[in-house]
Amino acid sequence: MNERTLRIVLPVVVLALGVVLWDLIVRINGIPPYILPGPVLVLTTLCADWSILWTSLLATLETTIEGLALAVIGGIGLAVLFNQSRLIEHSLYPYAVILQVTPVVAIAPLLLIYLPQQAAVLACAWIVAFFPVLANTTLGLNSVDRNLADLFRLYRASRWQVLWELKLPAALPHMLAGLKIAGGLSLIGAVVAEIAAGSAGAGSGLAYRIAESGYRLNIPRMFAALLLLSLAGIVIFALLSLLSHVMLRRWHESAIAREG
Amino acid sequence: MVAPSRGSPIVSLRGVGKVFGTGTLALDGLDLDVRGGEFVSLLGPSGCGKSTALRIIAGLSEPSRGAVTWMDGAGSGHARDIGFVFQEPTLMPWATVFSNVFLPLKLEGLDKAAATPRVMATLARVGLADFAGAYPRELSGGMRMRVSIARALVTAPRILLMDEPFAALDEITRFKLNDDLVALWRELRMTVVFVTHSVFESVYLSERIVIMTGRPGRVSSELAVEQPNRDAQFRTSAEYAAFCRQASEALAQAMRAGAGAAA
Repeated sequence: MNERTLRIVLPVVVLALGVVLWDLIVRINGIPPYILPGPVLVLTTLCADWSILWTSLLATLETTIEGLALAVIGGIGLAVLFNQSRLIEHSLYPYAVILQVTPVVAIAPLLLIYLPQQAAVLACAWIVAFFPVLANTTLGLNSVDRNLADLFRLYRASRWQVLWELKLPAALPHMLAGLKIAGGLSLIGAVVAEIAAGSAGAGSGLAYRIAESGYRLNIPRMFAALLLLSLAGIVIFALLSLLSHVMLRRWHESAIAREG
Repeated sequence: MVAPSRGSPIVSLRGVGKVFGTGTLALDGLDLDVRGGEFVSLLGPSGCGKSTALRIIAGLSEPSRGAVTWMDGAGSGHARDIGFVFQEPTLMPWATVFSNVFLPLKLEGLDKAAATPRVMATLARVGLADFAGAYPRELSGGMRMRVSIARALVTAPRILLMDEPFAALDEITRFKLNDDLVALWRELRMTVVFVTHSVFESVYLSERIVIMTGRPGRVSSELAVEQPNRDAQFRTSAEYAAFCRQASEALAQAMRAGAGAAA
């Protein structure tokens, strides 16, 4: 079997073994579903509660994608601004770091007091997602080939030309790497905020469903919602990886398959 | 613009010195005239400031002392008139060969349609017309260097500055590019300033070799290589060997002088 097949087959085998083991443990020990439901029950719950869970999934995904979009706009925009002006960079960068290192779980309840619920959830997703985009784009903009920069100077390129023709394309691989991290983090931010909001009142996202099911001891639904969240995370990562591959495949080392 | 008569200087460096921020004195009292239409090599040991001198001529670096004078009155680094080839191909990896060569014209504000004939003609000149759509990583080292040369030539510069462009290439590729460069120089009648640490390369290519001492860099001696035919026959002739010996001796002398000054 070649490397490629192994990379697909092995994780599937591990998954199958895990599920079988899970099922056996539940059956042999006769564990009741309100403590640990078996895999079959989780799947049937997923089907039975599909309409509720699907609506919740869409709500969470909407927050995640909006948060990510704002993070990309804010992160890249701020990185470009920092790159153009040392003054702005020195004034604002420490606060971007502070925003990043303060745990979002701790900020969420405050945001929920001052902002409408939907805006607060979105703000949480944005806060955690924007920093990797900012940090990676900043790194990319600063790692331009010096000789290429000299070449642009030799041909009297304007500031705008240097940014558009040289710095942004050079930073693209870093930006896309930041985006891949930000996608997952945005989902985490949305979930954290939904959980925090869940105790405060009405919510409709998947994380809210998990919290709500927990209060009602509806453990199978908790598992079903968790499964969906996980799948959503995987799909987001896969899509962003694909985007990165498509944009870099002609020229960047990271996207080129090694032959031989 | 009227081309200067062959032999009269187009750019003059007088008493040029360069001190880097670290306190290193790279150049001191460098006097150099580059004459219109000539192929001149700056030959010297590594770290003798020859690349720094080239960057100063290009306007990429400001001299700490002395003056650079352009005879046509244009300022140093007069964009359209200078082509620069770096030691590395220095191509934009995200852009095709066409876009890389189109870059100088694009920065000047030319649109793609207007520039296409010129870009394609320049690519044809370096033998890469069929590779316009390729990306740099798909090319060999020698081909990348050709793209880099095409990019420098596309603006039809009056003076082409080359900073050890073939140092990283294998010998077969280097010989081929040497021949092509001589042919281009003949055909385009431009001025070439070629920085190298290879005695053999400088003798093969140039009409005049300026030998530099190291630390701080200044001109040690000059050697004229009067030989109209630059071909495989010249490369294996006794005459070529004699020129190489002369240049080697001059270089050894320059290095002794440099070592003496440093001691």
